[in-house]
Amino acid sequence: MSIIVQNISKSYNKAKAVEAITFEVKEGELFGLIGPDGAGKTTIFRILTTLLLANEGSAIVAGFDVIKDYKAIRDSVGYMPGKFSLYQDLSVEENLTFFATIFGTTIEENYDLIKDIYIQIEPFKTRRAGVLSGGMKQKLALCCALIHKPKVLFLDEPTTGVDPVSRKEFWEMLKRLQQKGITILVSTPYMDEAALCDRIALLQKGSILKIDSPENIIKNYDKVIYDVRTQNMHQLILDLKNYPSQYSVYAFGEYIHYIDKSAGFNPKDLAAYLEKNKHSEIEINISRPTIEDVFMDL
Amino acid sequence: MKRFIGFVTKEFYHIFRDKRTMFILFGMPIAQIMLFGFAITNEINNVNIAILDKSKDDETHKIIKKIRASEYFNIEQDIVNENQIESVFQKGKVKAVLVFETDFIKNLQTLKQAKVQVITDATDPNMANTIANYVNSILLNYTQEINKNSKASHLIQTQTQLYYNPELKSVFNFVPGVMTIILMLVSAMMTSISITREKELGTMEVLLVSPLKPFQVIIGKVFPYILLSIINATIILLLGFFVFGMPIEGNLFLLAFESVLFITTALSLGILISTVSNSQQTAMMLSLMGLMLPVILLSGFIFPVSSMPMALQIISNIIPAKWFIIIIKAILLKGATINVIWKETLILVGMTVFFIVVSIKKYKIRLE
Repeated sequence: MSIIVQNISKSYNKAKAVEAITFEVKEGELFGLIGPDGAGKTTIFRILTTLLLANEGSAIVAGFDVIKDYKAIRDSVGYMPGKFSLYQDLSVEENLTFFATIFGTTIEENYDLIKDIYIQIEPFKTRRAGVLSGGMKQKLALCCALIHKPKVLFLDEPTTGVDPVSRKEFWEMLKRLQQKGITILVSTPYMDEAALCDRIALLQKGSILKIDSPENIIKNYDKVIYDVRTQNMHQLILDLKNYPSQYSVYAFGEYIHYIDKSAGFNPKDLAAYLEKNKHSEIEINISRPTIEDVFMDL
Repeated sequence: MKRFIGFVTKEFYHIFRDKRTMFILFGMPIAQIMLFGFAITNEINNVNIAILDKSKDDETHKIIKKIRASEYFNIEQDIVNENQIESVFQKGKVKAVLVFETDFIKNLQTLKQAKVQVITDATDPNMANTIANYVNSILLNYTQEINKNSKASHLIQTQTQLYYNPELKSVFNFVPGVMTIILMLVSAMMTSISITREKELGTMEVLLVSPLKPFQVIIGKVFPYILLSIINATIILLLGFFVFGMPIEGNLFLLAFESVLFITTALSLGILISTVSNSQQTAMMLSLMGLMLPVILLSGFIFPVSSMPMALQIISNIIPAKWFIIIIKAILLKGATINVIWKETLILVGMTVFFIVVSIKKYKIRLE
């Protein structure tokens, strides 16, 4: 086991941040903490990177206790905080050199580990980090967190504020790092990224709701979801919410996701109801559930 | 060692790339010393005065000539009656009016005394006092001259000698003062700001999760400012020496040692401030309010400590700047050796050790 978290609780001035968190991450696993802002993701990261002390519970990272052996952990993990935290007034290369130096290594020594990523920002290596685009900044931050060849990599919302293309690239990079044997704990508020992890923990209001692989989580979801769409989407939400047997209604991309309470639900009845309420171009199709659907239901 | 050099290099990048920091580091010392040296001064020079001479005889003419000849006064205008006194003051043209009584020469010869009235504009009390003193001394001088021939029966003559600063040049007071302020500002404020900046930008989080030990981070942050402060102290002393003729009587090595000691005191205060503040703004306010004001007001730089109320005199003892000003004045003006200033030096050493110990105790190895 690369990370073992047991019954961790932490509160700030009586406000509970996380409560009774327990999970384990296997060696070489890409594990995701999925949850909205304020779910407690950053708190868990800070406890595991020895920046905060938990009020209760214990945690072990790379075989070291987060309280007793915090120095050993600081030697052997890579951490990329949620906020961009490199030196804005230093160039790309200077940032990387600095982090390599304080970890007692050089860029050359571990170049093959960061090569794939660094090659993309290398053309801008003399540019100040502050003027890089969001995607570039994250790539640089990842390089800096990787430069000392950490055993465990902690990435706190690495793709927040990054464009979709860069996000996709970023996840491809994580997959490649994983193949090099690095354990990765990553957090994200984006549900679509959850499917890219080996296993995920769904987090809300400081508690873990579910831990499993994304496939299992979706497979075990027992309700039928319908994609619904008409010409008047705003009115559609209101009308669906008034449908007697509705279980839940929420916007999902260009569709409204609709779930019914009764087992004998027939989409045709719903279509008739919508027509009566002056909707036209009605589309009702069965949808494949996603992590987000599961999350909405928890 | 490599880590240390890497860290210090990074720190120098920060300093040299930030225009504001560069200005505070190098623009301010020069600007301040020039300001204090040339503009802000207690000496009087070419003060405009007016004369109301009701007698207009040989004797008053001689006195007026003497006053005119001194570089202190510039006779702006002659007025003819008392009503004008108020109006020339109102216009702000002159700082003082000298009134010679009628029959000045006659009174002097027959009654053996004549009167001169000195009226000063006391909106600036220090200035008014100084002017009155200067006029008095010119008149006293003149009286002695005319008494030379006649035998005065009993007379106590004071003979004043001003040691260490015979010309009462205020620069001799300001150079040590400005040096103290600048070293305090650069060392304490700049280090506390640069450490809190890392906290504010989130880079401290990354530094904490690294093999760097807290004291390595601190020393790495502080080291560049030690170098820059030494350069600053040198610039100020050179300016004082070459531009203002400030004497440097004492041993240069002792001077350097005491300066480095005070820089260390200020730096340890800066570190202490950074451990209790989380934002650059707090650090700056704390440095300005907590360090700059006491340095300016209570160190004896501008207001002499001995004329303060007892309570403030006691408080002034805990201000490192007070001791440094005593030390540096003693070295520069009196050529003091360590035998004379060992007590003050020891106090500074004690304060430094205290600040460092408290800082280490307060330094957080985690975020809270």
